[in-house]
Amino acid sequence: MSSSFTKPVPTPTPVTQPFWDGLNAGQVRLQQCNPCGRWIHYPRNRCPSCLSADIDWHDVDGIGEVYTFTVTEQPTAPHFSDEVPQKLAVVELPQGVRLTTTLVNVAVSDIRVGMAVKPYFDALDADTTLLRYEPV
Amino acid sequence: MGLSGKAAIVGFAEYQHERKYVGERKFYTEQWAELTALACADAGLLPDQIDGLVCSDIREAGMFVPATIAEYLGKPVNFAERVDLGGATAVGMVWRAAAAIELGICDVVVCALPGLPIPSNPIPQPVNEARYFQSSSASWGSPQAEFEIPYGNLAQNCGYAMIAQRYGAEYGYDPVAMAKLVVDQRSNGAKNPNAAFYNKPVTIDDVLNSKLIADPLRMLEIVMPVAGGGALILANEEVAKQCNHRPVRVAGFGEHLTIKTPTYAQDMVRTPVGPASAQAFAMAGFGAGDMDMAQIYDCYTITVLLTLEDAGFCGKGEGMAYLRDNDLTINGALPINTHGGQLSMGQAGGSGGMTQVVEAARQIMGRADDRQLAKHDLSYVSGTGGVMSEQSALILRGA
Ligand SMILES: [Zn+2]
Repeated sequence: MSSSFTKPVPTPTPVTQPFWDGLNAGQVRLQQCNPCGRWIHYPRNRCPSCLSADIDWHDVDGIGEVYTFTVTEQPTAPHFSDEVPQKLAVVELPQGVRLTTTLVNVAVSDIRVGMAVKPYFDALDADTTLLRYEPV
Repeated sequence: MGLSGKAAIVGFAEYQHERKYVGERKFYTEQWAELTALACADAGLLPDQIDGLVCSDIREAGMFVPATIAEYLGKPVNFAERVDLGGATAVGMVWRAAAAIELGICDVVVCALPGLPIPSNPIPQPVNEARYFQSSSASWGSPQAEFEIPYGNLAQNCGYAMIAQRYGAEYGYDPVAMAKLVVDQRSNGAKNPNAAFYNKPVTIDDVLNSKLIADPLRMLEIVMPVAGGGALILANEEVAKQCNHRPVRVAGFGEHLTIKTPTYAQDMVRTPVGPASAQAFAMAGFGAGDMDMAQIYDCYTITVLLTLEDAGFCGKGEGMAYLRDNDLTINGALPINTHGGQLSMGQAGGSGGMTQVVEAARQIMGRADDRQLAKHDLSYVSGTGGVMSEQSALILRGA
């Protein structure tokens, strides 16, 4: 079943633009706070620990593990009716950050909390790449 | 710290909750007026005694909501609050009203959460596709618009499902225990004429065979949208003595907010209701073991399980066994959601949490008819907003 609804896509902001530029170039980029060392995702203008603005971008390999997941039998919105079952997941990276994603190239019955996963760069068009994940 | 317990709930009103509402449609301002009149009559108060109001969103105004309501009711107020805590709103309203009364800035406060359908607009309105994202913000610059919605992580079901899945990985998951929670609550709800599922108990098999929505959550573990709504009147000690019913004192409260999207929770299965409940119990001078009942916000089964654990009714990781081994109905040692919970009432827009507060008041006043508890002096009440992101707790006691 295809969806007649327009798929929602991210519209980067000045602060988040480097993250999306990274994905378009096939690279996961994370912010790290210089004074306190905390890694940050999603991108912010201030560190959510010490509120410092002294933050730099770093390239990381993006490999992590599934912190949790769900498989939907009902689309979470009609825009996703063509993606059911949606394999929604939260991935935790070794830097201590978590991100929301969907899993690809994996059977529903094989998804486990704790499974190792790596980035899958899903280029929707020239401007937008989503960061999905697949088994390592 | 906190309240002395002198402010009390003295009256309430509750619409019958219905899946297929065929009654008169009313705007939220109109429901406010009707619920306020009903609650005043219930308490035995004159509407002109109202000098405070606590509201949430209304359908007719995006800004200046308290003033809109004060004007519509024709009631000038000394205290007006708009609470934006999702399912934690009703509990949040009660403690704010009690605090204002204890401060002496008002004597009688009305809190209402309408949830009936409004009239159909004769002028056709453009379809806004973002309304399907519900409580997830699609506004540019919102973290959810950028990092959640494009992946489909939106609204409530999938977030709660992912919390349940994480819980299962850490502590084990027992679908039968979760089904028993639904069965026990629906048994209570079967005795509640205001519930959408009045006289409609279910079996374990009914729950386990209901449609899988977002693994592991099934249809009967998720609240059903309905028409409904309710209101409360709180008053100071002096006014409460003149009212019709046993005053229901606000003895303790707590509130704790952490995240909007559970992905970013420090620990997905240790929820904000923990610190909120600890504060409420400490303020009231009671513990979980002292409660005669627990009216626990139940948008999903997993919400009740985590609240039982994090509020201290059982140990961490022991919730599934607690659900299995205890009678949770009105006949049990600690009845849970004696009105059937929202799993029986249904959830009327943003008013779901009001049902838990109204039921605690009804029980403590001794007005719960077929489901009245013999011992009804102390109730724990919780509220949960967002996806376990903002939670609140009350300890209510009979005078
Ligand atoms: Zn920092």
